[in-house]
Amino acid sequence: MLQVIGNNNLYNTKNEESGVLIVVEGIDGSGKSTQIHLVDRWLRSKGCEVFFTEWNSSETVKEITSKGKKKASLTPMTFSLLHSTDFADRYEKNIYPLLRAGYIVLADRYIYTALARDTVRGCDKSWVRNMYSYARKPDLTFYFKVPIETAVDRIISGRPKLKHYEAGMDLGLSKDEYESYRIFQGRIVDEYESMVNNENFIVIDGTLDIEKQQNTVRRNVLKTLKLKNQIQGNTT
Amino acid sequence: MTSRILTKKKHSTNDDKVNNKIKFIDHSGIKYLKDIEIHGSFIVIEGPDASGRSTQIQKITEKLEADGHAVVNTGLKRSALISKGIIEAKRNYQVGRRTMALYYAADFADQLENKIIPALKAGFVVISDRYIYTLIARSSVRGINKNWLHQLHSFAIKPDLIFYLNVDPYNLIHRVFKKNKSLDYYESGADLGISADIFDSFIKYQYLLKKEFNVMQKKYGLIDIDGDKDIEDINDQIQSKISEFLNQNKKNSTVI
Repeated sequence: MLQVIGNNNLYNTKNEESGVLIVVEGIDGSGKSTQIHLVDRWLRSKGCEVFFTEWNSSETVKEITSKGKKKASLTPMTFSLLHSTDFADRYEKNIYPLLRAGYIVLADRYIYTALARDTVRGCDKSWVRNMYSYARKPDLTFYFKVPIETAVDRIISGRPKLKHYEAGMDLGLSKDEYESYRIFQGRIVDEYESMVNNENFIVIDGTLDIEKQQNTVRRNVLKTLKLKNQIQGNTT
Repeated sequence: MTSRILTKKKHSTNDDKVNNKIKFIDHSGIKYLKDIEIHGSFIVIEGPDASGRSTQIQKITEKLEADGHAVVNTGLKRSALISKGIIEAKRNYQVGRRTMALYYAADFADQLENKIIPALKAGFVVISDRYIYTLIARSSVRGINKNWLHQLHSFAIKPDLIFYLNVDPYNLIHRVFKKNKSLDYYESGADLGISADIFDSFIKYQYLLKKEFNVMQKKYGLIDIDGDKDIEDINDQIQSKISEFLNQNKKNSTVI
């Protein structure tokens, strides 16, 4: 049986490290959101206190970012800074206080998304790194690796048209949206790959069956939760 | 081209003029803009609310235009894209301090890229009513790590002249009352909780900012202007520095 402890433990609330931060990263169409959603369902069904947060979702900032995106008036710098503002808002309001309170925080994309995308857009890497340097390191980062074509197919098949920034059209890589998208995603993959070792990504093969991937993910999550004393006993 | 090592002392203006390349505060700056050439001049006026910034800016602008220079005025929180969001966020008191710092930086970046740099490229004299120094000071006083702040704003371009109107907080508060009859919440640092009394809070907050500016003075080469003097005195001082700079600039560019 899986038992939740950490959360109700009064002594733990003093410790900044009492919560657990689990992150998924990967390009669009890598299947990461599906996987984190299943982790979320699973942990909640076990009675854990879970908070889920996704990229670019802060109420205060989102509206401005989407307005800028619609008008295609964002430069790489303002694009980067607005996403960073969005992240800071969620970090200050939710992620950090909830981690301190002992929650399991699940993040669909974290600072690595910014590091990869902003660098590809031409922002200075160490500048971007500094901007996110206050953010706590995740306890677990899953990186979903898929061939570009697979991811692109998954995204394109469900959608008639790509969005301007999504396709990286602001970079002038190609006049063709799909071609631009492929090149852009390819560069982001390169950035992700360069972080795998230093940032301790757990690489998940995103071409495998969803259930298989989820098994690997859960095994790793369990190990970490045990280490952090969030749960005790056997679980299956 | 730039083997020049930045030491604390001012380097001679001569080798600055060898090229018109855009100069960022940090050498890496905005990478995709690093080859831009600047033909205008960039002047910044810093100082607290009611320190007389807008009066001075008005006077400088008039003089420059009379002398035949085209001027563009800019300031903080004026970008079409983001400023509304900032006003909204402040009104609701629900945004954290780091978030606010980043919000302002985004707004600033928007103006830097879409207004300041294009104007400088085209040869305008750009006058900015406040600059990153205010942003750094405000957040620093609110407990955000200084190093983080300096790096965050290091993509800004280096102004040619930075004037800091240094006014005694007690003097300042009288000017504020003359202008508004009440103290602004944020300009009094009321969100800091230094004092329940807003008068006290204003004075203490302004002293804290002043201290931050003193530290930055050396780092960024701010020209300290005694803001307690009268308008004309201050203007004479500022004006002569500007003329001196513009003349030197002209001389150098005609030599090349």
